[in-house]
This record gives sequence, C-alpha cells and structure tokens, in this order.
Amino acid sequence: MTTSTDSSLTKRIIPCLDVDGGRVVKGVKFVDIRDAGDPVEIARRYDAAGADEITFLDITASAHERETMVQVVEQVAGEVFMPLTVGGGIRSTADVRRMLNAGADKVGINTAAILEPDLVKRAADRFGAQCIVVAVDAKRVSGADDPPRWEVFTHGGRRPTGLDAVEWAARMSAYGAGEILLTSMDRDGTREGFDLALTRAVADAVPVPVIASGGVGNLQHLVDGVLQGHADAVLAASIFHFGEHTVAEAKDYMAVRGVPVRRPWEAT
Amino acid sequence: MGTIAVIDYGMGNLRSVAKALEHVDDRLRVEITHEPERILGADRVVFPGQGAIGVCMSELQRLELRDVVLEVARSKPFLGICLGLQALLEFSDENSGVAGLGLLPGRVRHFSEGFRAAGVAPPGKVPLMGWVPVRQVAEHPLWAGIPDGQWFYFVHSYYVELLEGVTVGTSRYGLEFTAAAARENIFATQFHPEKSQRAGLELLANFTRWDGTR
Repeated sequence: MTTSTDSSLTKRIIPCLDVDGGRVVKGVKFVDIRDAGDPVEIARRYDAAGADEITFLDITASAHERETMVQVVEQVAGEVFMPLTVGGGIRSTADVRRMLNAGADKVGINTAAILEPDLVKRAADRFGAQCIVVAVDAKRVSGADDPPRWEVFTHGGRRPTGLDAVEWAARMSAYGAGEILLTSMDRDGTREGFDLALTRAVADAVPVPVIASGGVGNLQHLVDGVLQGHADAVLAASIFHFGEHTVAEAKDYMAVRGVPVRRPWEAT
Repeated sequence: MGTIAVIDYGMGNLRSVAKALEHVDDRLRVEITHEPERILGADRVVFPGQGAIGVCMSELQRLELRDVVLEVARSKPFLGICLGLQALLEFSDENSGVAGLGLLPGRVRHFSEGFRAAGVAPPGKVPLMGWVPVRQVAEHPLWAGIPDGQWFYFVHSYYVELLEGVTVGTSRYGLEFTAAAARENIFATQFHPEKSQRAGLELLANFTRWDGTR
C-alpha cells in the first residue's frame, strides 16, 4: 500500500508490565522507586516519563486471583490519565466488560480468540473495535532457506496451533480487532530486536494498527520496528524497566532517525 | 464546585472521564448517570461515547435521553467527547447512514471515504489510533493555558469535516478534520481529554470552571 506522509500521527512507545497477583514482576529498577512491585507507582512513573500508553499483562495463574487485576486497573485508571491496555486471562465478553468498567481503554484477547474466534466478533460488536486488541504470539516454522512462514503458538510459545500468523492476524482484524499486538516468540526475551520480517508481513497485511513486541534490546531496535517492520507502535519491557533507557531518550533517538514521536508537555 | 453529570447510555469507558474530572477538582461532585432529573439538575454535563453511532442513537432513544441531551446542550456548559462530538452533528455515514442530534451543522464521514474524495493516499492505518497535535484555530476559554499544537489522544475511524465558524481545533491525517468544535455553551472534542495526560487534564480543568460563554 502506498502511503502519504501527510500525517502528524506519531508512533507510540508502550512500556509493558507483567503483573502476577497484583504485583509487577520481572523487576522494575527505576532509580529511587519506593516500591518496584506497585503497578500504580510504576504507571505514574511512565506517565510522567512521557510514555504514550501503558500495557499490563496479567500472568496470574490462578483464576481466583484474577479479581486482583480488576482492582489494579481501577487504581491505575484513577490516577494515570493515559491509554491503558490490559491483557491476560480474558476469556469472555464478561471479562472484557469487567476490565473496561474498571477503567481499561483496550483489552487484549489471546488464547480465547483461538479457542473461540467469534468471541472477538461479539466483543467488537458490543464494545467497539477500538477497544479490542488481539494478541498474536508467532514463531517461525519455515527452514532457513525456505520462504518465511510463521505460526501462531499458545502457552508461552510451547504449543503450536497450526494457524498461519499472517492469515490469523488478517482474520482477526476482519472479525473486528481494532489493533494487533504481535509478539515474536523466537525473539521474546532475547534482546536481539524484533522479528522484522514477521512484523512487516503482518503490518502490511492488516488494515488496523500493529504493535511490535518481543526482543527489544536497544533503541535502534525500536527504530527498526517502525521503519523496517512498518509497526505503528513498539512495545518494550526490560530496556525501560531496568533504567537502561528512559522513554525520553528513546524518543530523542527515534526522532533523529526520522520516526515521528510525541514530545509530552513537560512541567516547567 | 458544583455537580457534573456524565451521561451514562452504555457507550464505553465512563469511569476514566469521571476520575479525571475528580482529579482536576476534588470538590466536584461527579455523577455517572442516566437519570433525566440528575442530568437536568447538574451544573455541567459531559456527553462521552465510544463505539458505533447507530447503537449510540438508539440507546439514547431507548433510555429516553434524547430530549434530555438536547435540552442540556442548549442550556448548560456541555462537553462532548469522541462519539459525543459526532452525535451532535446532523448526519453520520456510519452504520449505512444515521441522523444525529443536529446541534452542529455538518457531517461525519469515514476516513477512507475522505481520502478517496480528497484524492489523497491513506497516511496510515484506520482507525486512527494515537497522539496527534491539535491546532487551535479559534480562541476559546477551554484552550486557556494549553500551548497551541499540543498532542492529544485520538481513536476513531469516522471524522467530522471542518465546520465553518464551529471548528475551534483541527488535526491532520491525510486531510484536515475537526479535532474540537464549539458553539455557545457546547464544546466537543474528537480526542479523549481524559486520556491525554497533562494537556487533557488542563482542558477538563478549564471545563469545570467554564460558564458556558465565549
């Protein structure tokens, strides 16, 4: 698709936090943070730092602790006035409604969309496509010399579904997903950068925005995700959480390399 | 001071806007409500909205809120947000064509249709989702203290065309569209002030102090 450059829409930087039982895990190491596990305080920090959105991923294993996540969302939404996405453990339109009522702007659906694709349709019809994000966890399944092909995986990349990742993302957007959160399970946690071929294949195949995820290890990876991967937004965890880079540094770096970014209105 | 009614007609995340209003002034009484007496009795009214316009209009009808909205939009400081802007127009192309409340002149169109009509290539994906600068093309008390060109958060596939004498803020996405419109006691935004960090909170604070005049 040819695109004009006549837009002032900026590319988004989205820090992602894993939450287990109401606490942020995998450590956030800001200088002088009082409680590195408190989702509200961390969200407040990212808000002040100029993040464009924030994503919480509920990795709680037990269903009875899911209610904790609703409380986390309520608390965060009461104090931080920026777009908030919540994913993990969403199984029904009732779950979607609960998170939206708690103050989430968007809700991520992953495994449940695979088990029951119509859930995405129903949720988008009921609540609007703008708040339904379908998370796609993809892994390359073709050999090194073959044309690239990626498949959708569940269970943290352990279980194949047989679904072609590009086709799946296109189908989900046709079902009403307003956005695709695309994670390369090959790259996740490696710090080697996004799977750019995967990102581009999906971004070029779907009409809705794509968030690239999985593998960010430095600021150039963010630039590559946008310019080479054609992503509309980039999601990262460790490079921000461990204080290696601030969101402002990332934006400076991206701006110099031709990626339009938002400069938040700083307190003077 | 005073009360603000946030009209609850089942369209989207009302908690965020209520929380943001409480955040900018903790003396305010903010009520999320669909009860006509409460809406008519409030000092100010917020008309939010997300989702599809067809459902929006039919829910207003079903809850017998259409006349209530028309009444308060003529008499009190009134803030429309997102679909709460689009519903004020005469007509929307969404859902095969839906008549709006007709409080503002003009029409709501799909971006793809707008790009085609203007002969421009799409500048990116639809829905437009993210932060776009807003140019303040007319003075208004709700812009007070907000630098021209500040970024606000948008999520939408349909847009309000430019309205002569009514558009007070514009943004650009392949084409120029209405980011904010105002007439008399009405101010309405395509963006979400409750999600736009400091600039959005400033606008909401201005609304809580606004007497409804220019």
